Amino acid sequence: MQTPAPVDYVRATSVADALSLLQQHGDEARLLAGGHSLLPMMKLRLARPEILVDINDLDELRGIRVDGNEIVIGAMVTHAEILNSPILFEHYPIFREAEKVIADPIVRNKGTMGGSMCQADPAEDLSAVGAALRGTVVIQNAEGRRTVPMREFHEGPYETKVADGEILVEVRYPILPGSGSAYEKVERRSGDWAVCAAGACVTISGGVFSSVGIGIGAVNAEHFTATGAEAFLVGKEPTAENIATAAQMAADSCDPSADQRGPADYKKHLAMELTKRALTRAAAAAVAVHLTKNGA
Amino acid sequence: MTAVQEVPISAGGNPIGFGSMKRVEDQRFVRGQGNYVDDVNLPGMLHSAILRSPWAHARIKSIDTSAAEALPGVIAVLTGKALEGIPRPSLLGDNFAWMPTLSYDTQAVLATDKVRFQGQEVAFVIAESRYIAKDAVELIDVDYEPLEPVMDAKRAMDPGAPVIRDDKGQTDNSITDVHGHKTWESGNAISTAEAIARAEADPNCVVVTQEVMYPRVHPAPMETCGSVAHMDKVTGQLTLYTTSQAPHAHRTVYAMVAGLPEQKIRVISPDIGGGFGNKVGVYPGYVLSILGTIVTGKPVKWIEDRGENLMSTSFARDYHMTGKIAATKDGKILAVDVDVLADHGAFNGVAQPTNYPAGFFHIFSGSYDYPDAHCKVTPVYTNKAPGGVAYACSFRITEAVYVIERLVDCLAAELGMDPAELRLKNLLKPEQFPYTSPTGWVYDSGQYEKTMRVAMEIAGYDELRREQAEKRARGEYMGIGISFFTEGVGAGPRKDMDILGLGMADGIELRVHPTGKAVLRLSVMSQGQGHETTYAQIVAHELGIPPEDIDVVNGDTDQTPFGLGTYGSRSMPVSGAAAAIVSRKVKERARIVAAAALECSPDDLEWELGRWSVKGDKERGKTIQEIALLSHSSLELPEGVEGHLDATAVYNPPNLTYPYGAYICVVDVDPGTGVVKVRRFIAVDDCGTRVNPMLVDGQVHGGIADGIGMALMELIAFDTDGNNLGGSFMDYLLPTSMECPSFELGETVTPSPHHPIGAKGVGESATVGSPAAVVNAVMDALAPFGVRHADMPLTPSNVWRAIQGNPIRVDMAIE
Amino acid sequence: MEISMKINGAEVTHDVEPRTLLVHFVRENAGLRGTHWGCDTSNCGACVLWVDGTPIKSCTMLAASAAGHDITTVEGLEKDGKLDPIQQGFIECHGLQCGFCTPGMLMTGRWILDNNPKPSEEEIREGISGQLCRCTGYKNIVDSIHWAAAHPAENEVSA
Ligand SMILES: Cc1cc2nc3c(=O)[nH]c(=O)nc-3n(C[C@H](O)[C@H](O)[C@H](O)COP(=O)(O)OP(=O)(O)OC[C@H]3O[C@@H](n4cnc5c(N)ncnc54)[C@H](O)[C@@H]3O)c2cc1C
Ligand code: FES
Ligand code: FES
Repeated sequence: MQTPAPVDYVRATSVADALSLLQQHGDEARLLAGGHSLLPMMKLRLARPEILVDINDLDELRGIRVDGNEIVIGAMVTHAEILNSPILFEHYPIFREAEKVIADPIVRNKGTMGGSMCQADPAEDLSAVGAALRGTVVIQNAEGRRTVPMREFHEGPYETKVADGEILVEVRYPILPGSGSAYEKVERRSGDWAVCAAGACVTISGGVFSSVGIGIGAVNAEHFTATGAEAFLVGKEPTAENIATAAQMAADSCDPSADQRGPADYKKHLAMELTKRALTRAAAAAVAVHLTKNGA
Repeated sequence: MTAVQEVPISAGGNPIGFGSMKRVEDQRFVRGQGNYVDDVNLPGMLHSAILRSPWAHARIKSIDTSAAEALPGVIAVLTGKALEGIPRPSLLGDNFAWMPTLSYDTQAVLATDKVRFQGQEVAFVIAESRYIAKDAVELIDVDYEPLEPVMDAKRAMDPGAPVIRDDKGQTDNSITDVHGHKTWESGNAISTAEAIARAEADPNCVVVTQEVMYPRVHPAPMETCGSVAHMDKVTGQLTLYTTSQAPHAHRTVYAMVAGLPEQKIRVISPDIGGGFGNKVGVYPGYVLSILGTIVTGKPVKWIEDRGENLMSTSFARDYHMTGKIAATKDGKILAVDVDVLADHGAFNGVAQPTNYPAGFFHIFSGSYDYPDAHCKVTPVYTNKAPGGVAYACSFRITEAVYVIERLVDCLAAELGMDPAELRLKNLLKPEQFPYTSPTGWVYDSGQYEKTMRVAMEIAGYDELRREQAEKRARGEYMGIGISFFTEGVGAGPRKDMDILGLGMADGIELRVHPTGKAVLRLSVMSQGQGHETTYAQIVAHELGIPPEDIDVVNGDTDQTPFGLGTYGSRSMPVSGAAAAIVSRKVKERARIVAAAALECSPDDLEWELGRWSVKGDKERGKTIQEIALLSHSSLELPEGVEGHLDATAVYNPPNLTYPYGAYICVVDVDPGTGVVKVRRFIAVDDCGTRVNPMLVDGQVHGGIADGIGMALMELIAFDTDGNNLGGSFMDYLLPTSMECPSFELGETVTPSPHHPIGAKGVGESATVGSPAAVVNAVMDALAPFGVRHADMPLTPSNVWRAIQGNPIRVDMAIE
Repeated sequence: MEISMKINGAEVTHDVEPRTLLVHFVRENAGLRGTHWGCDTSNCGACVLWVDGTPIKSCTMLAASAAGHDITTVEGLEKDGKLDPIQQGFIECHGLQCGFCTPGMLMTGRWILDNNPKPSEEEIREGISGQLCRCTGYKNIVDSIHWAAAHPAENEVSA
């Protein structure tokens, strides 16, 4: 088996401790969360940090909770915890749908939300979900905390607003009563990264879309989203035709590249097809929620 | 549905003979007590790692190993130059930098002049730990001059194509076999061409031509290859623990390569974590671990990474095939012609009988009755890893079955005929056996139509077709695919089958201890097939000794007689026969001892399971256990009879055995995404007598999963620069539990007439037979889009592109 | 660095490099070779063992991170000389061939049943989907886990 290059290891005892360790070691240090992106890269010797700061003991970074009209997911929450969270399922079924197709059950026991976000793989699924839900990322450094909208978080493939010496502590999602959400992903095989994925979260009132969030992964969509398509739909009826037009707009705004997962024309087609499917299911779910509310 | 007769049950609860029986070997495996090569740890053992080429084709200008050598914990660094300096006292070249392949070509152990594929071995580091060895590999500095690589077999013979094997003085990329041939043909070229021409001219006939590619795939057993070599300096004894499907053949090859006396070499294959053909070849890594122990005087362990396994050890397939099938318009097949371009990689390292440079590909005429068939195979060198016969292919019968089964489906589409009906119309009839095929095979036995009908019944074929029609009307795309295959396995008759001159017969040895317990020593080697269980059952069936009283030893050349190993489904047809025959020898010896004890003539005795008794006086008899003790006692035996029951045998098969089967696959295709879901898979195998039906089913299950993998996802592709795009399990995709349905199995039993217990072998049947069923099903689903063929793997993108009328060239990088 | 952890109930301490992977610590330092490995990219699951009762891929965790935690490996399944029903299930249903994936499958199978004593076929397939088996085609593994579900107290079955 391939093995990592020599590295030092230290376990942080608190976020403050982790921050000071990061400060002390500068850009030679890397945080170790679930390790499911970092360790494979270290084994292949594509990453060779000099010291790892293990943040697995930091309970402050764990937990999924409701805080006012937001849901907060701590950085060290695992994929498995997101998958099984009743709170998230109640408000945002998209999380369960996405998590069901992220990696596999064993990887999900270890991989974390924060690690996924910070790894910022272009095919990463929670970023697409986060974009659809218009989350806010909370980042902490020696000076304190700051927030970055999900849609400004990514600077490019594998690059985010989290700078050296900073820790992503949580992501906050506004609760949208009556919303419907859904996630669609095509993978070459279960457990594989997306060829393309699309998520949608919508609310409907007065028979028209009152808010639309679209998240698209793996096809080089700017900030994992499609703002033009969203704007097009707001105020329009959730008809198949409108959704198809928006889905095509979304696909047109993507710029996928060819790789083993497929040629660019196919990926572009998927962006359209999956956005359409996600929007259609999200709209159906939103309408359903609305009707129950009215009926009650 | 088991066709096994009732047999007595032993005190241990096992059948004394054939029948489903829990495996003996499981006791250690479920406790984590298996002993695989990486579990072997010898005192003072060193570790190693190989530096591999990042280039597909490049000249080596210089190698600087000084930084690696200076790393603390590094013991030695070997390069090709260093190996050139070690003289080799053998017939096979004068130094260690090159070694022979199993096809009489040469392969670099460590590259000297050029690297010829990405992942080729360039330097070997021996160090105190595996971590240090890996660190040191990174410190080796190689100056390469990149050369244009030949990645497309179709361009390999272009004038002006870069020449890969300039080391052999070649001027092009053709491959010449040991008989001096550059192409290899079988069947009757003239009569086949004439039959096709007649059909083309006849308005009542059709000729369908289809190009199909069987892309490069990899056996990828869960355990990678590796070895631990230990040379005892004092005794000169070399012990090699290794992942080998053929320990005896490997021993002989090492004796030839290293010039070591063969009696001083002991090859031990401990538990093997799957083979599938990957562990038949002799790899540079094994040889390097041997050189490592010779150089350092300490045991040296070499274990591949997964990337090394996928990129350098034997690939499989890579056959570009163009088939022509001629038939009458009412569906009677007349002739088939197949032209093949075979990509053999940078060294001709295929493992196959010498007289069969394209393996058993020429069994492609299949399970059908028609007079004219012909094939021509042209192998070429490319800048890819060597290998070629691996991944449970039964010596390229996988490719043969795939091409004929695809052609039959294309013909059915052309004729507008149901593919089941077309097959039923052409299948060989029971009374035609033994049947001599147009390419010279003699199929031993079969009831093809019966087997086909069993499969159709389990599938509910007519109901499926009705469902399909309804779904099509609704715009839903389900497909039903059939594959009917015949294999020739159990290589093979020594008169025309050998590998590197070693005839393909198997030795065996059976000892019966005084207390009636027995030890059977096999030349073949289990990689999970369950030899320790099934071979005990064969002896039990013959001698009536309970299987729990019989230990089966395999995998250690010092403890077992010579034989060619386990691959190509050959264990049961060859060593299974040997086990029966050696048991019968013991039975005959027991008869003489019993006669002496009962004071009668051996001719007066009759056998019932486990006991010789006097004809007409059943009470007077001796059990095999009693006889075993008597054979060691002071009982006076007739003149010339030595006592003891132990016996040995060598089985030289008179013919191959011909297992066959009918497979039906049902898929659902999502045309919006191209995603294929295998909904059902029905497999009806006829492998003759089933020694342990539970294990037979297990073999079939694994093979179906392989077929789903190859049909839908497995692929070693390259980009035009020569980069291997399938070098990890992230990109070389194996099917998981989610892609495999719950397989539905059936059986028919048509024993082989010439095999002592009628068994035919089944290890590779499903791997050979299932890919075509899956592909045929997907093509059937896509028929409304006018799609007749798309190459494997039918990934979502490939399926979607096929629907758009623009399928992907799967073996080359996606544009 | 010196690392201590509990493996199958026994405290194990070794001085190893910080980069040592848990799978190597368990196999080479603790000498428990039932846990295997089969890839470099965390895809195969041959290395699955439990950390604090949860299955993880031990090739993708540093031994240093496991320090102070409770590790259970396949060698820890057998209790008082009696096989766990999951082990017996694999024997009964021919859930293994070469045995290489088996330790990981057993650990995940046991975990599935601990959380869901009566899993459906779909739940079992989903549960083992991160672990590759090249031999069995998974059907008999699914059946083996079902067998164990149906025989929860089955520990005196004939060996
Ligand atoms: C086989 C396999 C399949 C996978 N399939 C998918 C998939 O289909 N979809 C998908 O989305 N993902 C997939 N993943 C990735 C998985 O989701 C990982 O969990 C994730 O990428 C990284 O999370 P981690 O906690 O393991 O992070 P780590 O590997 O520990 O860290 C990743 C990076 O983020 C940094 N980091 C971690 N936490 C923080 C923090 N709080 N603040 C700042 N920086 C931090 C680290 O320093 C490191 O650079 C797969 C992984 C594997 C191994
Ligand atoms: S070794 Fe493959 S997942 Fe751990
Ligand atoms: S039994 Fe061989 S890999 Fe699963």
